[in-house]
Amino acid sequence: MKNKRVNTPAEAVAGIVDGATVMVAGFGRSGVPEGLTDAICELGVKGLTVISNNSGTAKTGVARLLLEGCVEKIVCSFPRASESGVFKEMFDAGKVELELVPQGILAERIRAGGSGLAGFLTLTGVGTELAEGKQTMEVDGTEYLLEMGLRADVALIKARQVDGRGNLTYRKAARNFNPIMATAAEMVIVQAHEEVPIGALDGEHVVTPGIYVDRYCVFQQEP
Amino acid sequence: MDTQTKNERLLTRDQMAKRVAVELTDGWLVNIGIGMPTLVLPHVPKDRDVIFHSENGIVGMGPAPDDLADNDPDLLTAGKQPASLIPGGAFVHHADSFAIVRGGRLDAAVLGAFQVAENGDLANWKLLGAKGGSVGGAMDIAVGAKQVLVMMTHVTKEGDPKVVKALSYPVTARHSVTKIFTDMAVIAVTADGLVLDELAPGITADEVQAATEPKLRLSDSLKEIAV
Repeated sequence: MKNKRVNTPAEAVAGIVDGATVMVAGFGRSGVPEGLTDAICELGVKGLTVISNNSGTAKTGVARLLLEGCVEKIVCSFPRASESGVFKEMFDAGKVELELVPQGILAERIRAGGSGLAGFLTLTGVGTELAEGKQTMEVDGTEYLLEMGLRADVALIKARQVDGRGNLTYRKAARNFNPIMATAAEMVIVQAHEEVPIGALDGEHVVTPGIYVDRYCVFQQEP
Repeated sequence: MDTQTKNERLLTRDQMAKRVAVELTDGWLVNIGIGMPTLVLPHVPKDRDVIFHSENGIVGMGPAPDDLADNDPDLLTAGKQPASLIPGGAFVHHADSFAIVRGGRLDAAVLGAFQVAENGDLANWKLLGAKGGSVGGAMDIAVGAKQVLVMMTHVTKEGDPKVVKALSYPVTARHSVTKIFTDMAVIAVTADGLVLDELAPGITADEVQAATEPKLRLSDSLKEIAV
């Protein structure tokens, strides 16, 4: 059986290169694998495209990646928020590029990307400025937007439990983008709160099967 | 009538929340937006089983815990404020959460707004001239919910109508709003235009019309909002 366990977040993110596309899970600060985002900052990579619902809370998570100059572009639904002024300041100064995506479309694009689907048709965004430049298609007299699937080089995942096969459970609403991002990247890296023996997780309760997971480390994030 | 006395007759945010809560029918699944709509939750009549959906994957969201020490960083509202899970509640991931939204499972959504047009167009995600903006789940929810209930002050801080003939703010979704709940009135969006259904106590239909850009029709059963 392949060993997926590494000892530290630094080992877990080793090999991520400049210009990579990185999905960072989480909603607000819940479900954000900050051990892994911090480790990427230490790694000092540049030019990342980050796919994430938010742009970090205070100076944590994606906000720290932005502050440390690792990010060239962010694909995001709610980048300007009261939780952090980092994105706003950098965006207004022209230091980071933004692709704004409605939240449910961001989630579905990731699901499509992880499901081998090139794209899908939706009513969300029709007639709005976020439809600009997008292909439209009429089906049975209704106009839809064509939205494309999203994949990444790397997905950073925060889990509650992991076993030696990489099977994952999540905690409450920290589940959010984690299970879908875990399906949509070439390299899926997990920060888990706790490791349990193989067989300890009931198959009925596993949310992300270990087949999706390439590497995991056990890291207990400060609240 | 001077502004001071008129302001005193406007509904408070809590009174508006109470009126919106009455609209939520037993058995409904309802999405609650950020800001003012979060006030609605505690006002739902106790004899009704209304299930609240939060976009971050909570089906059966309950109010913030009474004791601050019970706040859970993994149990938040869409606005990242403390929440709880009702007995029998469930968590789903983000794609499933929005499958609920767009898949026609939401009986209603309660959203804030900058402007509503007389044809039901909604503007609630971006201020005029803002750079970039933050859209969140607004576009999906406004398109997906069977009823979009808007809760907002009737006019801006500058006194400009927020119920308008055509949006000047960036659109969230076309033809989406079904009912508007303000500090002055309840207005239904119908195929024949806006209908003034209810008035805040002490507010006249003429005052509401003066604060509203499009022409309002008076409902045959025009009544006072119960506060």
